[in-house]
Amino acid sequence: MSASLTVGILLILSVIGYWMGRSRAVAVAGGRIASLHSVPNYYGLYIAIWAGLPALLLLLFWVAVKFPLIESIVLDSLSHEMIEAWARVMVSPSDLEALLQRLPNLEEAALTTTQEQLLLINIGNIAAGQAQYVNPAVVDVLRPAAEHYNQLLSLSNWAVFAACMALAAAGLFLGRQRISPEFRARNNVERVINWLLIVCSLIAILTTVGIVLSLLFESARFFAQVSPVEFLFGLHWSPQTAIRADQAGASGAFGAIPLFTGTLLIATIAMTVALPVGLMSAIYLSEYAPRPVRSTIKPVLEILAGIPTVVYGFFAILTVAPVIRDLGAAIGLDVSSNSALAAGVVMGIMIVPFVSSLSDDVINAVPQSLRDGSYGLGATRSETIRQVILPAALPGIVGAFLLAVSRAIGETMIVVMAAGLQANLTFNPLDAVTTVTVQIASLLVGDQEFDSPKTLSVFALGLVLFAVTLLLNVVALRIVQKYREKYD
Amino acid sequence: MTDMASPIAANLSFHTSEAAEKRLRRRYAAEQRFKIYGIVAVAIACLMLVVLLGTILREGVTAFWQTSIRLEVTLDREVIDPQGTGNPADFDRGAFQDMVQDALYARFPDVEGRRERRQLRELISPVAGVSLAARVLAEPSLVGQTVEFWVPASDPINQLNKGKIDRDAPEANRPVSDQQVAWFDTLAESGDSRTGFNSTFFSFSDSNYPELAGIWGAAVGSFYLLLVTLLLAFPIGVATAVYLEEFARKNRFTDFIEVNINNLAAVPSIVFGLLGLAVFLQFFSLPRSSPLVGGMVIALMSLPTIIIAARAALKAVPPSIREAALGMGASRLQTVTHHVLPLAMPGILTGTIIAMAQALGETAPLLMIGMNAFITEAPTGLLDSSAALPVQIFMWADRPERGFVELTSAAILMLLIFLVLMNSIAIFLRKKFERRW
Repeated sequence: MSASLTVGILLILSVIGYWMGRSRAVAVAGGRIASLHSVPNYYGLYIAIWAGLPALLLLLFWVAVKFPLIESIVLDSLSHEMIEAWARVMVSPSDLEALLQRLPNLEEAALTTTQEQLLLINIGNIAAGQAQYVNPAVVDVLRPAAEHYNQLLSLSNWAVFAACMALAAAGLFLGRQRISPEFRARNNVERVINWLLIVCSLIAILTTVGIVLSLLFESARFFAQVSPVEFLFGLHWSPQTAIRADQAGASGAFGAIPLFTGTLLIATIAMTVALPVGLMSAIYLSEYAPRPVRSTIKPVLEILAGIPTVVYGFFAILTVAPVIRDLGAAIGLDVSSNSALAAGVVMGIMIVPFVSSLSDDVINAVPQSLRDGSYGLGATRSETIRQVILPAALPGIVGAFLLAVSRAIGETMIVVMAAGLQANLTFNPLDAVTTVTVQIASLLVGDQEFDSPKTLSVFALGLVLFAVTLLLNVVALRIVQKYREKYD
Repeated sequence: MTDMASPIAANLSFHTSEAAEKRLRRRYAAEQRFKIYGIVAVAIACLMLVVLLGTILREGVTAFWQTSIRLEVTLDREVIDPQGTGNPADFDRGAFQDMVQDALYARFPDVEGRRERRQLRELISPVAGVSLAARVLAEPSLVGQTVEFWVPASDPINQLNKGKIDRDAPEANRPVSDQQVAWFDTLAESGDSRTGFNSTFFSFSDSNYPELAGIWGAAVGSFYLLLVTLLLAFPIGVATAVYLEEFARKNRFTDFIEVNINNLAAVPSIVFGLLGLAVFLQFFSLPRSSPLVGGMVIALMSLPTIIIAARAALKAVPPSIREAALGMGASRLQTVTHHVLPLAMPGILTGTIIAMAQALGETAPLLMIGMNAFITEAPTGLLDSSAALPVQIFMWADRPERGFVELTSAAILMLLIFLVLMNSIAIFLRKKFERRW
C-alpha cells in the first residue's frame, strides 16, 4: 500500500470519527446539548484525533526508516557468491583483491561504504524495473536480491498499512467508549493541539541540531584522514584525489587558507561596493529625498533585493566580467576571465539593498530631537548627518555591515558562476580565486563517494562557513540590540 | 540692535567677516557635494537594475522566436514502419531524421559530396526528426504522403537569422560558413524560411540542443517543489508563531527557540543543502534530485521567514480582542483560532508569499541534493527526478552554445515574471487588508 493512499484512508477515517463522536455526544446528552461539558464539535475532534494521529505518527516513522532498514536486511541476506559475482564486474581490480580477502570473514563488513552504495543502487534500479541503468552483466546476478527487496518492500508496506488501520480502528472504538456528558473533550483536544504547537516550534531547534550534527559527524570523518591543523593552516588546496590506488595523480591537498583568502577577497570587494552605495542611498533616502522620490526608489531597491542570485551570477558572466576584462586590456592589464573583481562587484550590487534597508532603519531610529538640536545650532544637513546622526547610528550600521559580510561570505551562486575553481593564494582582485562556497558546490556536484576525503572535506568547509557566519550574525545582532534603545 | 549693524562691527564679527563668508561657501559646497554623493549612490543602484534587466531582456526576448525551414518531406511507409503494423508505437523513430535530410538534399539537388552535404545538413537541427516524429505520431494518417514540414533550423542558422551572428565577420570567426549563409539566403528569398513563435521553449524540457530545449520540465519541478515547501512550511511556521506569541511563557526554553529561529534565518543557504544531503539523502535514503527532498530543504529555509512574519502579524492584533474573547468565556485556543488568527491571516499570507518567492529563486541547496541532473522529461510526481527553474538557468548558463545564452535569459525572464507576480499579489493583499486598530 502506498503511503499517500494510507494517509488518504486515515484522513477519511478521521472525518468519519469526527461525525461519529459528534453524533454520539448528542445522543449521549439525550438531545440536551447544554448538559454536555463541551460543544459537540470537540467530541468529534477528540475521536478524529484518536483515529488519525497515532496511525499517522506510525506511518511517518515508517517512511523515515523504511529504506535504511530494508536495505540493511537485503545486504545481510546476500550470499558471498552473489557479492563476489557482482564485485568481479563492478569493482575496480585493485579493490577487488582486498574485497575477496575480506569476504570469507563473516564477522567483518566486507564491502566499503562506496561499494555498498553502488550495490544498493544497482539492486534498487533493478527492483524499480529500471534494469537499463545497470551493467547488463550483473542484472541476472542481482535479480534475486532485487526480488527480495521488492518482496520486503511490499510486505512492509502492507504490514504498516494493516497496523495503521488497526490503530485507527482502536482509536475510533476507544474514543467512542469514553464519550459521556461529563467527559472534558475540549480540554483534551486543546492539550493535544498545544503539544502539536510545541512540536512545531521544536523544528527550528531540530534543524539547527541536524545541521550541527551532520556537519560535525562528517567533518569528524574527514579529520580522521586529514589533520585539522593542515586543513586550517595549509597553504595548498587541491582536493582531486585519485579514485583508484594505481591511478596517476595527486593524493589531494587540503589546506584551506587559499579558500579563506579567496572568500575574504571577494567579500571585501563586495563590501567596498555595497557599503558606500548602500549607506549613501540610505542617507539620501531618509534625510534628503522628497517623499515621491523615496516612494519610487524604495521599491526599486526591493526589486534588486528580490532578484534570485543565480540571475546575478549570469549577469556577472554575461556582462560584468567581459567589461572588466576589456577595460583591463585597454589599460594593458591582464585580467582573468573569472576575476575576483567581477564576482565581487556583482555581489556588492546584490548586497546594496540589504545594507541600505538596514541602515535606513537605523538612521530612522535616531530621534528627531538630535537633528533639531543640531539644526538649531546652525549646522547644515550634511554636518548634522556626519557629526550627529552617523555617530549615533554607528553601532547599528556596524551591525548591518557585519550581517552583510556574513551574507557575502555565505553567498554561493554568484561565485559559483563568476569566480574560478582553481585555488589561488593571491590578493590580486584581477586574478581568478575560488571561495569556500564554490568548493562546496563544485565538489558535491556530480558523482560522489562518501568515504573519500574529497567529498568529506566539503562538510569541514561547511562547518567553517556555518561557524563563521553564525559568529558574525550573533555579534551583529548583539550590537544592534544593545545600542538600539539608547536614545529612547 | 543698531550697534550691531554698524559697518565696523560687521567687519570684525566672526559671522560676517570675509573669512566667514568663505567658510560658509565651503560649508554649502560640502553640503551640495554630500547630497550629490547620495544621488550618485541611488543612481548607481537604479542604473544597475536597469542594466541588469536591460541585458537580460535584450538577450532573452529573441528566444521566443525560432527560425524554421520549409521542406517537402516524403514519409515513406516502408521506412517508417518496417514491420508494417501501422501501429505508431512500432515506428522507427530514427528514420525520421534521415527523411528530413533527404528532403533537404532534394531541395538543393546540385549539392554533392560528403563534405558539402554535411555542411548542408548543418542548416537544420540535428534533432529535427523528433519534431517530425511527434507530428506523425499525432497524425498517423500522414504516413505514405509527402507533407510540407517546417523544420527547426540549427542553432547557428537560428542565431544568424536573428542577427546575433555577424555576417560581415571573417568566415573563420563565425560558426556558419559563407556557403551556408548563401544557402540560407536562397531559402529566405524563396519564402522557405520563417521566424515563428518558439512554442518548444514552453512545452519541452532540457535538451542538449538549444532548438529543442524548453522550461516546461523545470517549471513543473519548481511547482512541485514549491507545493511541498508550502505544505510543510506554512502550517509549521504558523503553529510555531502561534505557540511563541500566544501560548508560551517567557522562559529559557522559549528564548532558546527564538534565538534559534533568528540564527536559522541567517544561515547560508548552501549549509541547508549540506543538511539535506547528509540527513534526507544519506540517512533516510530519500530519492536524489526529487522535488520532495528539495521542497523539504527549502521549507526548512523558509520557516524562519514565515515565523517572523507570522509573529509580527499576530503581535499587531490588539490585546483588547483577546481580552474580549477571554472575557466571554472562550478558551485560549478558541480565542486564537476564532479571533486572533483570522485577523492576523492577511499579514501571515503576505509573509508566506514573500517567503515562497524567495524559495522559487533558491538554487544553491538544490545543487547539493542533485537537482542539477540532466532531466529531459517533466516529473510526474514528488519522487521523480526533476529540475527546477533556477537550477535550469544555472545549467544553461554553463553551456557554450550561443543559443543557450538567449534561452538562459528567456528562462530568467520567466522566473522574474513569476517573482513579480507573487510579490504583487503580496502587495495587493497587504494593501487590501491593511487595517489600523
